[in-house]
Amino acid sequence: MSIFEYNGSAVVAMVGKNCFAIASDRRLGVQLQTVATDFQRVFKIHGKLYLGLSGLATDAQTLYQRLVFKHKLYQLREERDMKPETFASLVSALLYEKRFGPYFCQPIIAGLGEDNEPFICTMDCIGAKELAKDFVVSGTASESLYGACESMYKPNMEPEELFETISQALLSSVDRDCLSGWGGYVLVVTPTEVQERVLKGRMD
Amino acid sequence: MGDSQYSFSLTTFSPSGKLVQIEHALTAVGSGQTSLGIKAANGVVIATEKKLPSILVDETSVQKIQSLTPNIGVVYSGMGPDFRVLVRKSRKQAQQYYRLYKETIPVTQLVRETAAVMQEFTQSGGVRPFGVSLLIAGYDDNGPQLYQVDPSGSYFSWKASAMGKNVSNAKTFLEKRYTEDMELDDAIHTAILTLKEGFEGQISANNIEIGVIRADREFKVLTPAEIKDFLEEVE
Repeated sequence: MSIFEYNGSAVVAMVGKNCFAIASDRRLGVQLQTVATDFQRVFKIHGKLYLGLSGLATDAQTLYQRLVFKHKLYQLREERDMKPETFASLVSALLYEKRFGPYFCQPIIAGLGEDNEPFICTMDCIGAKELAKDFVVSGTASESLYGACESMYKPNMEPEELFETISQALLSSVDRDCLSGWGGYVLVVTPTEVQERVLKGRMD
Repeated sequence: MGDSQYSFSLTTFSPSGKLVQIEHALTAVGSGQTSLGIKAANGVVIATEKKLPSILVDETSVQKIQSLTPNIGVVYSGMGPDFRVLVRKSRKQAQQYYRLYKETIPVTQLVRETAAVMQEFTQSGGVRPFGVSLLIAGYDDNGPQLYQVDPSGSYFSWKASAMGKNVSNAKTFLEKRYTEDMELDDAIHTAILTLKEGFEGQISANNIEIGVIRADREFKVLTPAEIKDFLEEVE
């Protein structure tokens, strides 16, 4: 079994009209045994920047802690928040530092830029950035997620419709993957507010 | 820096609380050629005298004003070789920032890091402070900026400043002439007039250097032909 499939995970982000949504499953497993059903995979960096980390849970947690550390120092030095593109470059650099002994994570970065333009991107475990205009997926359920997003996604969705779409895409994809699921966690971010919702899907 | 035999600092406190080495470094700066900078509403200008030791020196080979990034330039008063070391280090730091963030370094951050290097040399083992004060001019998202960095590593933001031989006269002149809403071309004229104030001999396009950064965020060192035009306007 691959190390990326040890804990099981599903993370997805989508771009809407002046907003973005980022969602993840909630299962933490140790191979086939489910150990937690409230595991956090989506983390806040600052009010308009979120990071989703799929893959090995310990690496996800450590990577998040290192990135928050770097971002806090950046905020103190530069007296401003990091732009999403800048943060993505930082994550990429951090991952490549461990090129020959990598973090087993696939990050998803989602944020609103200076002019509140939504920005999403993903990268592989050694920092190859992939920008997208519509959606990005990662985790053990990524293949199902690709299919679900491709068919359900429309550009310029309003926050409510975006929430519905990303939730349906997430739940239907994790149902096809035994290692992810046990509910969902969805965040929809607009320039003025952030809405967090917990989904109840098939609890298996 | 400093190998094991020199793991003690050469810059130590005197009983009066001064770091004498830094005072001496400032003296070295104070006897260097005059340089100055003026921050205008739409850009920054830095300038310096370029007095060469002999007429046989090829003046085109000497460039006292250097760019650190495409949008940040620097001029100095003091020891040229020390300046070159700092320019090299600062350029590297700017590129390291870019490699990490894929974003050009803000002026304040580069100034901070350069100042940190200068401070290190006042506390590390076996080294002496840099014998230069720098005037760093840049234009970034926070607009035009002008910073002075001293051998101690302290830095200040200025609207207009001068360093080197003629510093007190130059600063008095700048205080009288400076206005908040000055345009860059006025600032260039003022810079030339300030240099002229303490200039020994005849000022010409070949014995001064001027660096300019406008809202286009590209730092340029003016060619002698361009300087000649400004000189003629001033006359």
